[in-house]
Amino acid sequence: MFRKGYTLFVVLAIVALVLAACNNTPAPGEGGETTSQEPVKETVVVKETVIVTVEVPAEAPAATPQVQIEVAQAPGFGETLAAVQARGTLICGVNGQLPGFSFLDPQGAFNGFDVDFCRALAAAIFGDPAKVEFRPTTTQERFTVLQTGEIDVLSRNTTWSLVRDTELGLNFTAVTFYDGQGIMVPVDSGITTLQDLEGGTICVQKGTTTELNLADVMATEGISYTPAVFDDVNATYGAYAEGRCDAATSDKSQLSSVAKGLLPNPEEHVIMDVTLSKEPLGPVVRHGDDQWFDIVKWVIFATFAGEEYGVSSANVDDVRASTENPEIKRFLGLEGDLGLKLGLTNDFAYNVLKLVGNYAEIYDRNLGEATPTFIPRGLNSLYKDGGVLYSPPFR
Amino acid sequence: MQNSRSAHSQKGIPWWRDERVLRVIGQAIFLAALAFFFYYLARNMLDNLRQLGMSLGLNFLNSTSGFDIGEHLISYDRSSTFLRAFTVGMLNTLMVSIIGIILATILGVIFGVARLSTNFLIQSIARAYIEFLRNIPLLVLLIFLYTGVFIKFPRVKEAIELPGPILISNRGIVFPWGIPTETTVQFFWILAFALLVALAVGFGLSWYGRRTGRTPLAWLWAFVVFCLIVSLGWIALPQPPFTMDPPLVQGLRISGGKSLSPEFLALLLGLAIYTSAFIADVVRAGIQSVSRGQVEAAKSLGFNSFQILRLIVLPQALRVIVPPLTSQYLNLTKNSSLAVAIGYPELFHVSGTVLNQSGRAVEVITLVMAIYLTISLLTSAFMNWYNRRVRLVER
Amino acid sequence: MTDGIASSAQILPPPTERFTLLGWLRRNLFSTWYNALLTVAGLALIYAILKPFLTWLLTEAEWEVIQVNFRLLMLGQYPPEETWRVWTCLYLLAANLGLSWGAWVRRRSVIGVVLLGVPLLLTLYPALAASIRWQLLALDAIGLVAFIVGRRAGIRLRRWLLILWVLYFPLVILLVRGFATPQEIIPIVPTNLWGGLLLTFLLTIVGISFSFPLGILLALGRRSSLPAIRWASITYIEVVRGVPLVTILFMASTMVPLFFSLQDRPDPVLRAMIGITLFSAAYLAEIVRGGLQAIPKGQYEASHALGLSGFHTTIFIVLPQALRLVIPVLMGLFIALFKDTSLVAIIGLLELLGIARSVLAQPQYVGFQREVYLFISLIYWIFSYMMSYISQRVESTLGVGER
Repeated sequence: MFRKGYTLFVVLAIVALVLAACNNTPAPGEGGETTSQEPVKETVVVKETVIVTVEVPAEAPAATPQVQIEVAQAPGFGETLAAVQARGTLICGVNGQLPGFSFLDPQGAFNGFDVDFCRALAAAIFGDPAKVEFRPTTTQERFTVLQTGEIDVLSRNTTWSLVRDTELGLNFTAVTFYDGQGIMVPVDSGITTLQDLEGGTICVQKGTTTELNLADVMATEGISYTPAVFDDVNATYGAYAEGRCDAATSDKSQLSSVAKGLLPNPEEHVIMDVTLSKEPLGPVVRHGDDQWFDIVKWVIFATFAGEEYGVSSANVDDVRASTENPEIKRFLGLEGDLGLKLGLTNDFAYNVLKLVGNYAEIYDRNLGEATPTFIPRGLNSLYKDGGVLYSPPFR
Repeated sequence: MQNSRSAHSQKGIPWWRDERVLRVIGQAIFLAALAFFFYYLARNMLDNLRQLGMSLGLNFLNSTSGFDIGEHLISYDRSSTFLRAFTVGMLNTLMVSIIGIILATILGVIFGVARLSTNFLIQSIARAYIEFLRNIPLLVLLIFLYTGVFIKFPRVKEAIELPGPILISNRGIVFPWGIPTETTVQFFWILAFALLVALAVGFGLSWYGRRTGRTPLAWLWAFVVFCLIVSLGWIALPQPPFTMDPPLVQGLRISGGKSLSPEFLALLLGLAIYTSAFIADVVRAGIQSVSRGQVEAAKSLGFNSFQILRLIVLPQALRVIVPPLTSQYLNLTKNSSLAVAIGYPELFHVSGTVLNQSGRAVEVITLVMAIYLTISLLTSAFMNWYNRRVRLVER
Repeated sequence: MTDGIASSAQILPPPTERFTLLGWLRRNLFSTWYNALLTVAGLALIYAILKPFLTWLLTEAEWEVIQVNFRLLMLGQYPPEETWRVWTCLYLLAANLGLSWGAWVRRRSVIGVVLLGVPLLLTLYPALAASIRWQLLALDAIGLVAFIVGRRAGIRLRRWLLILWVLYFPLVILLVRGFATPQEIIPIVPTNLWGGLLLTFLLTIVGISFSFPLGILLALGRRSSLPAIRWASITYIEVVRGVPLVTILFMASTMVPLFFSLQDRPDPVLRAMIGITLFSAAYLAEIVRGGLQAIPKGQYEASHALGLSGFHTTIFIVLPQALRLVIPVLMGLFIALFKDTSLVAIIGLLELLGIARSVLAQPQYVGFQREVYLFISLIYWIFSYMMSYISQRVESTLGVGER
C-alpha cells in the first residue's frame, strides 16, 4: 500500500518532466510553421510597396532591409537574411584551428582568411564587421549544422565537389581560394616522386576530401602506403613534424602555411611537385534560399571587384567622393540599386571595402609575405595578373 | 488487505480515487507522453531529412567507402564497403579492449597488492600512482601520452635498439615476428593437441582435488604440461614452424618484424594504466574486506602465506572484486572510443569518417551505439556468469 | 632483557616507542630480505622516472605559452570587461568554503592551509597584473573572515550553509550568463563565448545539479510497481550505460540538429550539458538504487504503520537514508563527471582541453604539447583530488557510508 502515493509521485514527476520537455516542443513547432509562412505574406506586401522609392540612409543599414525588389522566388527565399537581421548577428561556421585561415589569438578573437570573409558578410548586412558569431565546427558536424540552419554560412576551407553540391544539399557560393592537394616531405628524405613513397606512411587529416584523393591517386599509381589519420590540423602536423610519417598531404595552401607556421624548422621541408587534385575552397550555404546564396556570392565578388577597380579600405572614401566611372559608382551604391536587389543596402560593397577591405587586403593580412603563414598568390590573383579570380560585372 | 480493498471498491469508491484505475491511467499517460515525444522527434527528423533531400536507410553500407584505414586485422582497401570499414573498426576496438583489459588487470592487481604492502616505499609509490591516475581525465592522459611521449621518440634513423632486436622509434615499436613455413600447419595441430591434454590434466586434477580435499595446483600443472608438449613438438618437427623476421632499418622505414603503431601503443597504455588505477582500488578494497581473523585463523592452522592468499583470501575477496571489476572492464571498452582524439582507427574513429563521407548522421550514430551496446551487454552477461560461479565457491 | 628477568623486583619503565630514523627505515623499508629488494627496486624506478622528467622540467620546458594564453585557458573568450562576475563567484565560493570549514571542521588543518596558500602562492607569480594580485589576496581575506565567523557561529550555521551551497550553483550560472532584463548591468554573455576552465566548471555544475534529481527519479522508476515506468527506466538506464559518453555527445552535436526545428534547438553548449546530464543520470540512478535496496524493509513498514503515505515515506524516510549511504560513491561519480567534461573537446567546444588544443594551433606555439598538457593535467588533478579529499572528510565527519 505504501507504494500507492510513491508510484503516483513517480508517475507525476516523470509525466511532468516529459511534458516539460515537450512543452517547448509543440509551441515552437507551430512557431516554425508560422515563420515559414511569414516570408510569403511579407513578400506579397512588399511587391506593393516597392513602387515607393525609399531613401536608404547609409548610416542605418539594419533598418532598411524591408525593401525587396521583385524577384523570382522559391520556398525559403529570404528566410536566412530575415533570420540574420532579426537576430542581429551572423553565425559563421569556421575551423578555428587552422593557422592563417581561422584561429583563436591569445586575446580570444578569431582571426584569419576564412574569418575575414565572415566579417565582410557582416559588414555588408549590418554595416558592422563585428556582428558575427563564430562557431568552431568539427569536420564531422560542419555540414549537418549548416543543413539544419544552425549556422548561416560555413567558411571553413571546404572543397567544392559535386556530391556536396547535390546530395548534401549545399550551395558553394564562390571560390575564395584555389588550392590543390600536395604532398610535403622532409628535404633530407630524398623523396621526389610518388613512387618513392612506396610502403611509406602518410599523415592525413580525417574526414576530408584529401583522404579520398590520396586513396584515389595511390590506387591509380599502384603504390601501397599506410595512412595515419588525425582528427585535427594540429595533430596531423604535430605528428608529421615529429617524423611520425614520411609525408604529409593536404591542400598546398595548408601545407605551405604549415611549413611556415607550424613546423619547427620550415626550411627542412619541401612540397613535392605533384598535385593530387583540384581544391577550390569557398564559403558554403544550404540549398533553398537563393537570396542568401546571391548575397554571399556577391559579397565575395565585391572583394574581387574592389581589387580590380583599385578600391581599398584606405582610398574607398576618396574614390566614392571623386569617381566619375559609372561602373564604380554603381558598385559603391552611388547609382542604381544593386544592393537593394540583393535585399541589402545599396552601399553594401562600400561597407565591405571600408570595414574589411578588398581581396588583396584580406589576403595580405592573413597569408601575405609579412605573415608567418605566407602563401604565394599563384592562381589566387586577379585574371589580369595571371590568376583566375574574376568578378562578374556589377550591373 | 485484498479483501478490505475489494470491500472498499464495492462500497463505491469513485473511480478517480480507485488506485487500480489510477495506476492504469498514470501509465497510459506516461506511455502516451513518451510516444508523443518520440513521434515528435521522428517527425522532425524525417521532415528535416526530406527538406535536405536525404533518405533514411542502411543501403549506403554496401557502397564503396573510398578511404583507407591504417590498421586493419582483416583485409581492407579503399574499394571495400562501408560495412567492411565498420567491421575493421569494431575488430580494432575489440583487440585494443581485450589486450587492454588483460594489461589493466595485471597492473591493477600488482598496484592493489602493493598499496597494502608493509614496505613504506612500495606503498607510497602505489599510492602516488593510483592517486595521480584517478584524478586526471583519460582524454588528457591519452593525448599527452601520444603527443608528449610516443611521437617524441627518436626518428627511424636513430631508432633505439633493444636486444631482440626490438626497435623503438616514433613509428612505434617493432619486434621480431615469425614467418610461417611448411611445417606451420603441423605445429598448429600440435598446439591443439597440447591444449586438449592440458585441459584434461587441469580438469582431472581439480576433480581429484575436490574428491580428496587436497588441492593440487591443477592449472599450474596443466600449463606446465602444455608448455612441455609444445616445446617437444617444436623440437621434433623437421623444420622449425616459424622463421625469425627481425626488424631492420631500411632508409626511412623499418622493414620486417611486427610493428605496433604509436597510436595503438598510446591508446593501449593509456587505457591500461588509467583503468589499472581503478582496478587497484577495487583489489585493495576486496582484500581488505576479508577480515583479519580469517588470515590469523589460517595461519594458526599452519597454512603458509601463499596458501592463505590462494585458498582463504582470494576466493572471498573475489566476491567483492568481481562486480566492480566488471564495470571497470566495460568502462575500458567504452573509453577506447576516445582514440578518436589520437587517431587510432577503432570503431568510433572509423564511424566518424564514414559519417563524413556518407553524410548519414542518424544511421551511423545509431549503428555505432548499437554495436557498443551489444559489446557491453555481452561483456556484462559473461561477467555475471562468472560472478555466479565465484559466488558458488563461497557457499 | 636478562636484567629485567633477573631482578623482578625492579620496575622497569614501559618500552618507549622512540622515533629513530634508522629504526623507522628498518621497520618500514628493510624488514625482510625481499622487502629490502623491493625498496631498492622502488628507488631505482623512482630515479628512472623522475630524472628525465626533472631534467626536462628544469632545463627544457618553456612556460611562455601558458603565460601568454593564461586568460584564454581560464576563461576562453569570456569578455574581459565581464571578468568581475567570475571573481564574484570565486569570492562567494571562498565565503561559503570558509563558513563551512569553520562550522564543520573547526580546526586549522593542513588542507585548509593549502587552500589558503594557493592564492597566496599565485600572487607571488611575477607576470600577474597588480589587480589580479589584489583580487587573489581578497579571496584569502574573505575565506579567513568567513572561517572565523563560521567558527563563532558553529552548529547553528550548518543548516543555513547547506541552503547556501544549494543556492550557490544556480547563482553562479545566472551570474556568468547574465540577465535579460537589466541589460545595462549584467548583459547576457552568449554561451559560445564561455570557454576554458570556466566552461569546464559550468559543465560540471550543471551536470551535477540536473543529473541528481533525474537520477533519483530514474532509480525510483526502476523500482516502481508500474510496469510501463519500470521498463522505461530500465531501458533508459541500460542503454545509456552501455554506450560511451562520446557517442552521446556526438549525437548531441550531429543528430540533435535533425531532431529539433531551429527555433527550439538548444545551442551547442547547452546540448553538451544535456548530453552529460542524461549520461550521468543513468549512472546516478544505479548508485541510488543500490542505496534504496540497502534500506531494510522494516523502515517501510514502520513508516507505513505510522500512517505516512507512500510519497511521504519515500521523501522523508527512505531517500534521506539511501542518499546518505551512497554519498561516497556519488562523490566518485561527480569526480568522474568533472573529468568527463573534457570529452566535449571532441565535439568542438572550447573547454579546458579544447582551448588547450586551440592554443596549440597558434603558429608560434606549435610543439609545446608537453607544457600545455602538463599544465591542464595539473589543473584537473588539483580539482579532482580536492573533491575526493573533501568527500572523504565529509564522509568521516558525517559518519556516512557506515551502518
